[in-house]
Amino acid sequence: MANTSTTPPVRQHWAHQLLDWVDARFPLTPLWESQWGKYIAPKNMNFWYIFGSLSALVLALQIVTGIFLTMNYKPDALLAFASVEYIMREVPWGWLIRYMHSTGASAFFIVVYLHMFRGLLYGSYRKPRELTWIFGCLIFLSLMAEAFFGYQLPWGQMSFWGAQVIVNLFAAIPVIGPDLAIWIRGDYVIGDATLNRFFAFHVIAIPLVLIGLVVAHLMALHETGSNNPDGIEIKKQPKDPHTGLPLDGIYAHPYYSVKDVFGVAVFLLVFSIIMFFAPEMGGYFLEYNNFIPADPLKTPPHIAPVWYFTPYYSIQRATTTDLLYVLAAGVVVLVAFYWREIPRGLWRKLTLAVAAVLLVGFYFIEAKVWGVVLMGASVLFFFLMPWLDRAPVKSIRYKGPLYKTALAIFVVAFLVLGWLGTEAPTPAYTRLAQVGTLLYFGFFILMPWYSKADSHKPVPSRVTK
Amino acid sequence: MTRISRIVLAAALALAAGANARAAETGWKLERAGVDVTDRASLQSGARTFVNYCLGCHGLALMRYSALTSIGLTEEQIKDNLMFTADKVGQPIATAMSARQGKEWFGVAPPDLSVIARARGADWLYTYLRTFYRDASTPTGWNNALFPNVGMPHVLWSLQGERALRTEELMRDGKPVSDGHGGTVKVSRFETIAPGSMSAVEYDRTVRDLVAFLVWAGEPHQLARHQLGIWVLYALVILVFLTYFLYKSYWKDLH
Repeated sequence: MANTSTTPPVRQHWAHQLLDWVDARFPLTPLWESQWGKYIAPKNMNFWYIFGSLSALVLALQIVTGIFLTMNYKPDALLAFASVEYIMREVPWGWLIRYMHSTGASAFFIVVYLHMFRGLLYGSYRKPRELTWIFGCLIFLSLMAEAFFGYQLPWGQMSFWGAQVIVNLFAAIPVIGPDLAIWIRGDYVIGDATLNRFFAFHVIAIPLVLIGLVVAHLMALHETGSNNPDGIEIKKQPKDPHTGLPLDGIYAHPYYSVKDVFGVAVFLLVFSIIMFFAPEMGGYFLEYNNFIPADPLKTPPHIAPVWYFTPYYSIQRATTTDLLYVLAAGVVVLVAFYWREIPRGLWRKLTLAVAAVLLVGFYFIEAKVWGVVLMGASVLFFFLMPWLDRAPVKSIRYKGPLYKTALAIFVVAFLVLGWLGTEAPTPAYTRLAQVGTLLYFGFFILMPWYSKADSHKPVPSRVTK
Repeated sequence: MTRISRIVLAAALALAAGANARAAETGWKLERAGVDVTDRASLQSGARTFVNYCLGCHGLALMRYSALTSIGLTEEQIKDNLMFTADKVGQPIATAMSARQGKEWFGVAPPDLSVIARARGADWLYTYLRTFYRDASTPTGWNNALFPNVGMPHVLWSLQGERALRTEELMRDGKPVSDGHGGTVKVSRFETIAPGSMSAVEYDRTVRDLVAFLVWAGEPHQLARHQLGIWVLYALVILVFLTYFLYKSYWKDLH
């Protein structure tokens, strides 16, 4: 407030004085205003836009409950299993903290998957939000690592044998594989050394990376501004002469603050129903076999990862020698199909070189290794979305039938792969998983073609309801 | 909700409905245990059966004797009737048999049963404890239809009696019924050799109480969890309404 000689000086409230004191030394107010307080968001963000805030909420929940669990958990192969049960039985409110954390892990993946699906619906990865998307993909990767390491800690049969299966995948890599696997385990078998280092990764290394990436994700988003269900850039709109805001822009605070708080309340209701009344979620959130202490001498008949990893696990298992023939044919067809699109010179040479390496590799390197490669690729392809999508519009509302069909097939393939990953493999299931794998990758690899060939509706200048 | 949201919700519900059931490895059909962990008489009866028949080999080592106070027993009752392997109620319900002895005597150390109900499920335990039969070919003279060649003998035999398993081809019109894979359909049934001290109904009830006790012991705070959960849900429903009206009242001047 400006003081002039005509108005007497106003005595500020002590809180304002304190804020002024801080602002003179640290950009607290500018930070708050640029990130949320004066952030301008499109007014038409719908239901799907709640999952970003919810992801942040679950991250906070996992960190806080994780801190309390760490106070009683013992990262020791002889003590770990019993220490988790000690938390469940003896630590005051320990059962609640543990269930919050275990339900939170699955909830994290649910909200993140829905958040990513929102991006696929409305083209949130498109220019100018490529970096927001890439930071998001990195968050997803870190989250997978975090969940994998965390799942070892209860030291039940699924913890142990899940780790065994995944670490053995690395052992399949030619030449360096076996030594790499020993280096990861810190022992010749999954054991105390492995548990200790996975604990270190789970409680400090990955969370640090996650928090840093979340900050980068939000800063990048608040730099470009949020996308919306119409895929219209509100920053390019004329400004309202009264408010000075873009025509379809509103302040995130208080409008989206109150909307998000409502979303949080609904989320907590659903979360509590699961946590209090079905914390095992029928064996999906807490696997039954993980209530049997880890036994290196007794391989369970059926090793299944937790539900959020099953689509990728399915892709890995589906990669048999049969599939490699199909993949080899696919590489040849794709190179021929896209040949005219590839710029002459270096790019074409590079394409041929990569194709040749793949074809030779399919022949000489065992299918298991390619399973690992495909499992990695199934996540890495998300990073390329901003450049795979060639549609002139962002949102599915203005995209044509090709993209809608492709996205529907992708979602079905993802869910079917996820379901197959929880089941023991049979020849028929493996075939189904192989079809699912091809459809999964087809969504990405054919996108440059179908997103361009599609028919598109004109995008209006103002957002719709 | 948009159309897409409705599709996603329907898919999620369909997925949740087909829950990840515990598999019985042999294909022996699991029977419903129908346990009620709120029934204290049932839990106390199960606790008695457990200390009398199971604790000799299996511990509940992740639980203290004093935890039994929460199924309505006093410390005096616990000390006088149930505490065979400890001096103080604060001690764990451990078995007196060592893992090494167990391995020597049964080929495999009997597992601790603290969370067995969470691993196996009530129905599995209920079926398992009711499908022992006489088999001269095993070291113990007992076998189990649900868990073939299990190292454990029929500990409750004096209650259930001795039974034999008869497996025969299913006959229809004097001919065996084909299973469609080149074999024939087999049916198994138990035949009493020597009756036990209990009738079949009494035995089933005893096993059900024992399983109920194990289900409770798998997570002693489960009743508290349900009770707290109801209050939390009430509070959250109120919060959902309040935040909804807050959201609507802020947004009503936007168009």
